[in-house]
Amino acid sequence: MSTRLITALLASIPLAASAQSQLNLTQGVTEISQRVYDLHMTIFYICCVIGVIVFGAMFVSMILHRKSKGHKPATFHENVKVEILWTVIPFLILVGMAIPATKTLFAMEDASEAEVTVLVTGSQWKWHYKYFDRDVEYFSLLATRQDQINNRLEKGENYLLEVDRPLVLPTDTKVRFLVTSDDVIHSWWVPDFAVKKDANPGFINEAWTKIDEPGIYRGQCAELCGKDHGFMPVVVIAKEPAEFEAWISEQEAIAKAAKEEEQRLLSMSMSKDELMELGERVYLGSCAACHQPNGEGIPGVFPSLKGTAMVMNDKPGHINIVVNGKAGTAMQAFGNQLSLRELAAVITYERNAWGNNTGDLIQAADVNEYLNK
Amino acid sequence: MSTVAGEMDHHDHHHHAPSGITRWLFTTNHKDIGSMYLWFSFIMFLVGGSMAMVIRAELFQPGLQLVDPHFFNQMTTVHGLIMVFGAVMPAFTGLANWMVPMMIGAPDMALPRMNNWSFWILPFAFAILLASLFMEGGGPAFGWTFYAPLSTTYSSDSTALFVFSVHIMGISSIMGAINVIVTIMNMRAPGMTYMKMPLFVWTWFITAFLLIAVMPVLAGAVTMVLTDKYFSTSFFDAAGGGDPVLFQHIFWFFGHPEVYIMILPSFGIVSAIIPAFSRKKLFGYSSMVYATAAIAGLSFLVWAHHMFTTGMPVAAEIFFMYATMLISVPTGVKVFNWVATMWRGSISFETPMLFALAFVILFTIGGFSGLMLAITPVDFQYHDTYFVVAHFHYVLVSGAIFSIMAAAYYWLPKWTGHMYDETLAKWHFWCSLISVNVLFFPMHFAGLAGMPRRIPDYSLQFADINQIVSIGGFAFGLSQLIFLAVVIKCVRGGEKAPAKPWDGAEGLEWTVPSPAPYHTFETPPEVK
Repeated sequence: MSTRLITALLASIPLAASAQSQLNLTQGVTEISQRVYDLHMTIFYICCVIGVIVFGAMFVSMILHRKSKGHKPATFHENVKVEILWTVIPFLILVGMAIPATKTLFAMEDASEAEVTVLVTGSQWKWHYKYFDRDVEYFSLLATRQDQINNRLEKGENYLLEVDRPLVLPTDTKVRFLVTSDDVIHSWWVPDFAVKKDANPGFINEAWTKIDEPGIYRGQCAELCGKDHGFMPVVVIAKEPAEFEAWISEQEAIAKAAKEEEQRLLSMSMSKDELMELGERVYLGSCAACHQPNGEGIPGVFPSLKGTAMVMNDKPGHINIVVNGKAGTAMQAFGNQLSLRELAAVITYERNAWGNNTGDLIQAADVNEYLNK
Repeated sequence: MSTVAGEMDHHDHHHHAPSGITRWLFTTNHKDIGSMYLWFSFIMFLVGGSMAMVIRAELFQPGLQLVDPHFFNQMTTVHGLIMVFGAVMPAFTGLANWMVPMMIGAPDMALPRMNNWSFWILPFAFAILLASLFMEGGGPAFGWTFYAPLSTTYSSDSTALFVFSVHIMGISSIMGAINVIVTIMNMRAPGMTYMKMPLFVWTWFITAFLLIAVMPVLAGAVTMVLTDKYFSTSFFDAAGGGDPVLFQHIFWFFGHPEVYIMILPSFGIVSAIIPAFSRKKLFGYSSMVYATAAIAGLSFLVWAHHMFTTGMPVAAEIFFMYATMLISVPTGVKVFNWVATMWRGSISFETPMLFALAFVILFTIGGFSGLMLAITPVDFQYHDTYFVVAHFHYVLVSGAIFSIMAAAYYWLPKWTGHMYDETLAKWHFWCSLISVNVLFFPMHFAGLAGMPRRIPDYSLQFADINQIVSIGGFAFGLSQLIFLAVVIKCVRGGEKAPAKPWDGAEGLEWTVPSPAPYHTFETPPEVK
């Protein structure tokens, strides 16, 4: 044990020395984040000065006034003047800290006159973004592969900080976030914007930012929200306003086309191989976090899908729970998260994988009946 | 006063101490109960510590290696619950049981049978909590703060056991607190006025009032969680007209005073040890008493600084920021007092003093990060990161726990009648001091760089820091086994301790022989 520890300790030294890890708060890319950083450094320096004085006095005492050096104890105690002084001086220092802190706080809490508004909704364990006044909304899921998390593949540069569809925002524009949640409390945090706001189910919180520089900014959920709390990152891409405008128009067009495609699909049927192949992919992306890749769930927390009554016998119930969720549990409604094709595929997959072998094929039209029920 | 003492005398003539296990089961003796509390607390410290080892082992490298995220969450939750309610609080109650009667010249605690009960329900509370880890679906996995609705709609069925065990812990704490208050108010020796009480007695007196005020609030919070989960109420569910943020207000109205419950007795311990080993009177006794009372009062007005990101109105944010900053004034008074006490003293560095000095420095560092966290605009960045984890471990481990270690070394000769092994104790101190800083100091950097707390896996930029932290954690955990060795060795034998082993120490406890006889101060001493 101890030799292993020592080896690990030694191994970590060159690592630590060569690491380019950031050790301080980010200055960020907004005026607010810069002010927050300055405030952080000011308070930190004040603490350092106080620390040097207090600990300095202690160490002087420990070195000079020790019994082993024959120092005889003085007998003084209680001195009203000194006691008033060390009450009043810290109070004045606090007033000095409170003034800039209050100013910054007021600036941060003023979300008025925003030009773009995004509704941010947290759910276990992904973020959903909806642009106000634009026909664009989508889910943003962790893109890191399970094989990397389980150490079967080498970890990528942005391990755990990458998503399939980042939030895209314009620079030099005041963007307002309305933050809420579908289930438990989450917290939407991007350090570079100095924005961290809790997503409370049933309530809407407000925050805002104005990004100075185009770039990719990464953050994470900051409030414990269950099993995969560590696996719901936030990624924001900031683009120049013109580029953003082009992007969002393109997204609107894509969303429109996808809707039309859905309608067309209703009259078509897919083969079992197609359904199973797509179904497995969707299952691993959207279902496996709870029900586990082997379909067995976690006893007492997430139910098993392997050989259970609903999957084996109750086809309507099965489609309904996937599409509309189950109130009061962690089972979300996937009707608005997945396309008809994906829903059909994943239900087919669940009914035929892990030895379930019901032989049922579910098509987009079957699912459509349960949508908006 | 004299009637009480007379009655005690009378009882003693009929006293036949049972032997074996029944001695401990039926004991109403404050020293026996104090010892049981202290041993229980140390066992819980090792149990909670081993959970911390699981956490640090999983976080040694990025990726999931040892445990799955659900179990990881159970470990962080139960680690927190055990350390707060099982290790720190019972350790202080144990010290109060042993020392408060001896410090005020009382023969025992005022309510000895209740004292027995308040200890003996504790093992059941923790047995229930620990057993819940083996239930289907696992134990509590929502953090020791059990925020709704994660702890209600979205929790596993072990929540009922969690609620039940917290209720028992709360009952135990409240009974312990009532006992301390009644003892101090009624059983002081003649001449022992309030302003002559040792600071440990004062700080515990104030702590006991905090306990009585807030433990029922915690009981209310867990009960509402229970009824929300099982009986269809909607205290914390917006769909039924409730509010999940209400939970946090209730929890932290308990939780912030709770923080001071875990540090005020430390102040008392350190205020006894620093003068003893500086051979100089405490600089400002009365200002220490007033500062303690001020901290206790303010602790009821700052709870929402744990909740700045929940979306409060600006006015509330400003109020809670200012109130929180204000706490640093009385806390500063305390630190300045300790330093002024040392100044021009005649200092020696026995182990209790070493732990007390480390306490002053490391607790102050925790105070600095606390002040930084009070600044609302910056708190938005620090909140729920490892910066917070570093902060509260500095005040709880190198703060509260170090003071408990200091107290144990200071009074071990009185408890056992033997001097502890000073060399081994110094090994314990230096190993603990170095490892605790390797463990918790780098966490500040991880937090500032953006690592959220309560995550089982992290992005690659945090790999080096976490590796160092984990090594510090393992070293700190192992160092505590030295403490166990010192205590066992001291209990079993060693150099005979005189009645007053520390030449600078003051107080009634040093006027009785070492080890303290089973019954002390049957005739109250006269305090001048």
